[in-house]
Amino acid sequence: MTRFVLKRLLLLPVLLFVFSVAVFAIVQAPPGDFLTTYVATLASSGSSISAEQIAALRQEFGLDQPVWIQYLKWMQNLLSGNLGLSLEYQRPNAELIGERLVLTVVLALFAFAITWIVAIPAGIYSAMHPRSVFDYVLTLLNYVGVATPNFLLALVLMWVAFAYFGLSATGLFSPDLVDAPWSAARVVDLLKHVWLPAVVLGVAGTARLTRVMRANLLDELNKPYVTTARAKGLSEWRLVLRYPARLALNPLVSTIGWYLPLLFSGSLIVATVMNLPNIGPLLLRALINQDMYLAGSILLIYCFLTIVGTLISDILLAWLDPRIRIEEG
Amino acid sequence: MSTTEERISVASNWRLVWWRFRRHRLAVLSALVLAVLYAVVLVPDFASTHDPEATDARLAFMPIQRLHLFDGWRLAPWVPAVTGKRNPTTLRMEWRIDEGRKIPVRFFVAGQPYRLLGIVPARVHLLGAAAAEDRERVHLFGTDRLGRDQWSRLVYGTRTSMTIGLTAVTLSVILGVVLGGISGYIGGLADVVIQRLIDLLQALPTIPVWLALTAALPRDWSPQQVFLAITVILSLVGWTTLGREVRGRFLALREEDFVLAAELAGVSRRRIIVRHMVPTFLSHIIATSTLAIPAMIISETSLSFLGLGIRPPAISWGVLLQEAQNIQTVALAPWLLIPGAVVILSVLAFNLVGDGLRDAADPYSQ
Repeated sequence: MTRFVLKRLLLLPVLLFVFSVAVFAIVQAPPGDFLTTYVATLASSGSSISAEQIAALRQEFGLDQPVWIQYLKWMQNLLSGNLGLSLEYQRPNAELIGERLVLTVVLALFAFAITWIVAIPAGIYSAMHPRSVFDYVLTLLNYVGVATPNFLLALVLMWVAFAYFGLSATGLFSPDLVDAPWSAARVVDLLKHVWLPAVVLGVAGTARLTRVMRANLLDELNKPYVTTARAKGLSEWRLVLRYPARLALNPLVSTIGWYLPLLFSGSLIVATVMNLPNIGPLLLRALINQDMYLAGSILLIYCFLTIVGTLISDILLAWLDPRIRIEEG
Repeated sequence: MSTTEERISVASNWRLVWWRFRRHRLAVLSALVLAVLYAVVLVPDFASTHDPEATDARLAFMPIQRLHLFDGWRLAPWVPAVTGKRNPTTLRMEWRIDEGRKIPVRFFVAGQPYRLLGIVPARVHLLGAAAAEDRERVHLFGTDRLGRDQWSRLVYGTRTSMTIGLTAVTLSVILGVVLGGISGYIGGLADVVIQRLIDLLQALPTIPVWLALTAALPRDWSPQQVFLAITVILSLVGWTTLGREVRGRFLALREEDFVLAAELAGVSRRRIIVRHMVPTFLSHIIATSTLAIPAMIISETSLSFLGLGIRPPAISWGVLLQEAQNIQTVALAPWLLIPGAVVILSVLAFNLVGDGLRDAADPYSQ
């Protein structure tokens, strides 16, 4: 078990290195650099900047050097724990990303919790009463849930909240607590606001997991040991929850590997629509303004979260299922 | 042997798939929906009522005019008239549906000239006001902020979005089959390299990377270039799942007797792959790729909605939904969300058809 985890952990820096090269290549790719965009923005607002000043700025940011030197400098900074300076905000990237990263993870974990809390009981009930009205309604909801893009659901919910209840369903905090330092009141406020975006984010996954749970459990319920238990007079609920439900859960654990990363990157779109203080909107803005070190750092963080999500599911799976441990250990 | 059994035992594989598919009522119904949508894709100019680009600020935010097929008991389609009055304080046009006044509407009316399929000159449109002077007053799905006809824009958006889904998946299938095939059939170093590449691509956070890639597209590219680039970007990750599956199939099939027989008979490697191996899992590939199309459509719509996919003046479902970004605007003109309903409808239809095909393609299913 330890060897298995160690092997996976050793692979992490290798993956991150490959991704850092790819990420840098992508954020570097657009023609021009941050300063060309910056000058264009200045020009459109009527002010201008002299050629000398541009050259000086370019030198200051190191934008005049060859690409591979820029990459090496970025890497050097990253390795010493320095995420660099945002060209646009003129503030350290770590400062900009910090709290937003926490909120990204909190949102994803909430969506994850909601998914499991809803999907497992719904899947179990559906499998125990196949072809019942509830099962059909659930199947319908599942199909629609999978077919609705996140941002559309967010739009519809915000529209309904605004048009019929006069509420604004955006943001993660009440107006008076947005810029306040962390306190108990702020955490409570966050808990009050986070569930709606979390539901929006988790709907598609919930629909999918319910289907998986239902199918797995239906397979188990047809096995002879279930018939034996029923013949012995075990009550239906105890019978199902005792063994078949636990066995049906096993394959579900392997879905964490793709589901957690999906939540991290999916939160980007929901956050943009619902105006959440997430790293998503920050990335979007950085990409559009070619604030390349900020964009690069955020992309790398997404890569890291994705790898960690997969790692967690691999470890959980190996812990649950001895066959995987022996095969790969 | 009864006649039905005889029929089954001599039927080709494709006929068997068709018979099984036909039993899924919902899948067949969804296939019809998709057929209608793709018919619209082929002849958008025929299906539209207006020029999708034509703006008229005086006609902004006109509401939906519901199409009535019958006037009393007579088949005579009509839509209610809309009257507008400018609000003196907000200076905004306020529209009111006037159910009492009917504007007659006809199917297959003559309208703007266009070229059918880009070749045949034609004037006939699916639907339109019976009298030419009423044309500006009929907007089936209302108008947007610039007074553009929402129905016609939706028709053109359908063309872009449905085509992008199809081309991106076609590209993924080609990549997946070729690379998966090489990986599974040839093996060795090629297999290792391709498998590691798939590992890497699957570990990428898709949405952020897609955003970064689309943001890197030059601003001055033509809509066609952007369309192609988005297709390539979407299939970049899309091929990996299929590549894995195809590899697995090839690995299993390589050991089969009929492949060995073909090899001993001196059949070339390419012919073995194309004529002997691929047909055994072709139906499976088709089912899998049908299920992959909706994901592509959702991705394209989301990217375009964020302003990083298809860009105006090109029209796609995502571009149309951009108009609904502002909640105050949506509250004023809820019909701007109609493209969203069409997205859901098409994705639903693709999923149901895909499920039906998957069940039908499995020879052991009952």
